[in-house]
Amino acid sequence: MRNPIGHWLNSDIGHSFKASKTATGAAGIAFVFIFCAIFAQWVAPTNPFDPASLDLMDARLPPAWVEEGSLKYLLGTDDQGRDILSALIYGARISLIVGIASVAVSLCVGVSLGLLAGFRGGWLDTFLMRLCDIMLSFPAILVALLIAGVGRALLPQADESLAFVVLIVSISLTGWVQYARTVRGTTLVERNKEYVQAARVTGVAPFRIMVRHVLPNVLGPVLVLATIQVATAIITEATLSFLGVGVPPTSPSLGTLIRIGNDFLFSGEWWITIFPGLTLVLIALSVNLLGDWLRDALNPRLH
Amino acid sequence: MFSFIVQRLLQAVIVMVCVAFVAFLLFQYVGDPVLFMLGQDATADQIIALRKDLGLDRSFVIQFFNFLINAVQGEFGISLRQGAKVSRLIAERLPATLELAFVAAGLALLAGIPMGVYAALKRDAWMSQLLMTVSLLGVSLPTFLIGILLILFFSVLLGWFPSFGRGDVIRLGGWSTGLLSAKGWHHIILPALTLAIFQLTLIMRLVRAEMLEVLRTDYIKFARARGLSNSAIHFGHALKNTLIPVMTITGLQLGGLIAFAIITETVFQWPGMGLLFIQAVTYADVPVMAAYLCLIALIFVVINLIVDLLYFAVDPRLRIGNLGGRST
Amino acid sequence: MNLLELKNLVVEFPSRHGTLRALDGISFEISPGEILGVVGESGAGKSLTGASIIGLLEPPGRVASGEIILKGQRIDNLSNDQMRSIRGRKIGAIFQDPLTSLNPLYSIGKQLTETIQTHIPMSDAQARQRAIALLQDTGIPAAAERIDHYPHQFSGGMRQRVVIALALAAEPELIVADEPTTALDVSIQAQIIGLLKNICKQKGAAVMLITHDMGVIAETCDRVAVMYAGRIVEIGPVQQVIHQPQHPYTVGLMASIPDIENDRERLNQIDGSMPRLNAIPAGCAFNPRCSQVFIKCKQAKPELKTVDGLTRTEVACWLQSDLTRSTL
Repeated sequence: MRNPIGHWLNSDIGHSFKASKTATGAAGIAFVFIFCAIFAQWVAPTNPFDPASLDLMDARLPPAWVEEGSLKYLLGTDDQGRDILSALIYGARISLIVGIASVAVSLCVGVSLGLLAGFRGGWLDTFLMRLCDIMLSFPAILVALLIAGVGRALLPQADESLAFVVLIVSISLTGWVQYARTVRGTTLVERNKEYVQAARVTGVAPFRIMVRHVLPNVLGPVLVLATIQVATAIITEATLSFLGVGVPPTSPSLGTLIRIGNDFLFSGEWWITIFPGLTLVLIALSVNLLGDWLRDALNPRLH
Repeated sequence: MFSFIVQRLLQAVIVMVCVAFVAFLLFQYVGDPVLFMLGQDATADQIIALRKDLGLDRSFVIQFFNFLINAVQGEFGISLRQGAKVSRLIAERLPATLELAFVAAGLALLAGIPMGVYAALKRDAWMSQLLMTVSLLGVSLPTFLIGILLILFFSVLLGWFPSFGRGDVIRLGGWSTGLLSAKGWHHIILPALTLAIFQLTLIMRLVRAEMLEVLRTDYIKFARARGLSNSAIHFGHALKNTLIPVMTITGLQLGGLIAFAIITETVFQWPGMGLLFIQAVTYADVPVMAAYLCLIALIFVVINLIVDLLYFAVDPRLRIGNLGGRST
Repeated sequence: MNLLELKNLVVEFPSRHGTLRALDGISFEISPGEILGVVGESGAGKSLTGASIIGLLEPPGRVASGEIILKGQRIDNLSNDQMRSIRGRKIGAIFQDPLTSLNPLYSIGKQLTETIQTHIPMSDAQARQRAIALLQDTGIPAAAERIDHYPHQFSGGMRQRVVIALALAAEPELIVADEPTTALDVSIQAQIIGLLKNICKQKGAAVMLITHDMGVIAETCDRVAVMYAGRIVEIGPVQQVIHQPQHPYTVGLMASIPDIENDRERLNQIDGSMPRLNAIPAGCAFNPRCSQVFIKCKQAKPELKTVDGLTRTEVACWLQSDLTRSTL
């Protein structure tokens, strides 16, 4: 395959992608954000976390298009003189990192557990499925809050990286369930097929063979799940940070920014909270749109 | 059917015991359980006495058993942060959260179901496309942001609705209700709306998806082939078949309302259990966290049971089963 | 006058790869009370023909040209509302799977009375009496009690009887039966086919019986149409077509039916397979598999031609053309 992207663009999915303006638009927006997040240091006009670069005289400036605003601070500043646009970009980076990391963890854990449950069967399978049922009936935010609370109680003087770990664990703790279920289902189907038994007879490790057949089958649904879950993870992290139990205050994510800005709503400085909010929504929306389109594109029944 | 109920009750009890176990672990091992029970101002003698009472020198199982007995009576010790009995704190704040949740649920159902039906029946109308796009927004907007936006718009800019507190509250026995006064309603509107929007979009998308599935079935095709009118097909056959799975899933989602109330209560400073819980988490107030966990589990389990029973009542395949006998 | 007449019906499916022609000029007639069998392989277009007649073609499929005439009146160009008054009342339909054809949440009595009252104004009590009578006619024992039962309380064969009762509820003059016995046990198939034949004769309804089972055709039908790749290749009285097939495809079909008397080593089969919609060969669609193919077959599509005016037997094959025969 000399040109995989070109080849993909010409396939049925590629055609549907090009035809769907929302999908291309969403992908474009998501791409822009990811780009900005990775290259934050170069994209952001200032570094809002460097105290030396802050000027208290510039505090509480409105966005550039309102009078009193200045072009230097396109989206205004907060009460410490930090440029909102820069804070946004850095914040988006944190949000994206946490979101994607959580999904990666959920995916690995979920797929592995699903494979195990489907292949081994027996009590392990039943136990895992019951666990899934119970976990699904609890809202993710509750579990995340509990873990955060327990984390705080157990490690009151935790340093930054530990706080991040606790955060990622708490978000991924409910996400793995959906992957486990899907993969388990496919594994069960494949396990009963003859080629697995044949492998057993000829001495080839049936688990390896089965994985090779199971994984391509679940790739589609898992991909859809992962995409939608990135949006959910980002929102969950934002919620936790807004409530004060998410990222440590030294690395503010979009949620933290919104919380800080919330205090200034009533004094009329709406931009401090609204712009981070808008960014959050844009990221979540574009990822959700992508996931939605992906789900429709991969659904054989709609064709 | 009787055996079904017994089975579900047994499952419920098992789940509760498991949750209680987690709460027990929290209580015993995260911090000092004696302190939790007596509060910060306990004397040394009280501490020693309670240590003996709690059987902290006894076996694990006995300690768990004690915890269970306490839990069933609602005894969860004293809040680290507030210094008051946990059970009293929760009892005070339960009505606020429950009222908020019910009003939100009502809003979500009353608006979500018709919108979903409309979006399914008139797939290509611009209104349907709009609804679907807006619903996608609803899923992408975190609850707290919705709250903030509503406050910005309706409180700060328009000044129509208040943005914190419950307003005038009337006590009826142990229950304090805000629904009997105009001011109470005034205060509950914004938070209820915030809480409802996520559920609303979920319900709308669910109803639409289910209805579209149902409209593709053979029995709908057969009904069309028999010349039944559109309203008979859509609202007689399709709707009924749609609402059953919707009902189940919605019921299970209701529990989520109680959880999301945490966020809403924080944004609006609504004096409910959620706000209490968030304060407990920030403060690492373990007794409150443990109690909240058990209470939430109880609410969930009860909701699940009710949904199961409803399912039973509505679906003849479960109700009648094989009692009717089969003949070739 | 003919009850139903199809004139050059063309049904197309527009798609990204171009327009696919699923039915390529179907023409036939059904007389009142006649049972016409439509036989062919999967994908030949039998079900599509049935769906077009009752106006339930699934989009993006559409009738591109041709006419469907019911008792002298065109029905292919009617609005959905107008078609609705015809469905059930003038034309009834039966589908393949009795399990999915009935709404599991409604009793069969409710589904029957609803259909009856949609087309014939009468009171609830009258409709119920009529429903019970219908159930008795279709051989459901204890009809007066079973009328309140739900579909899951019936076995497969019984359900199909209910489906037949539903199709006949408003006394239509034509029934389109799409593979009515394919989903049933072999032992039940004979019963249901027998029932269908008898009850339709009794009520004077004509039947268009779509199936791939030649045995069923032989037992039940007056005339049979053989379809291949979206066209009719042969049509005539059942005995004629079965014992004296003219079209090479029909010959092959008949020869491939295993005969228990015949001592053979291998089953007969027609080499190759029916072409897909987007790969139909030029000229006669059967020419790549035909043992008697010659040049003209690859150049032009043969039309249905009457080869026996008395029995109204028609064949679409260049072998039948006088010109061709003289040049061979």
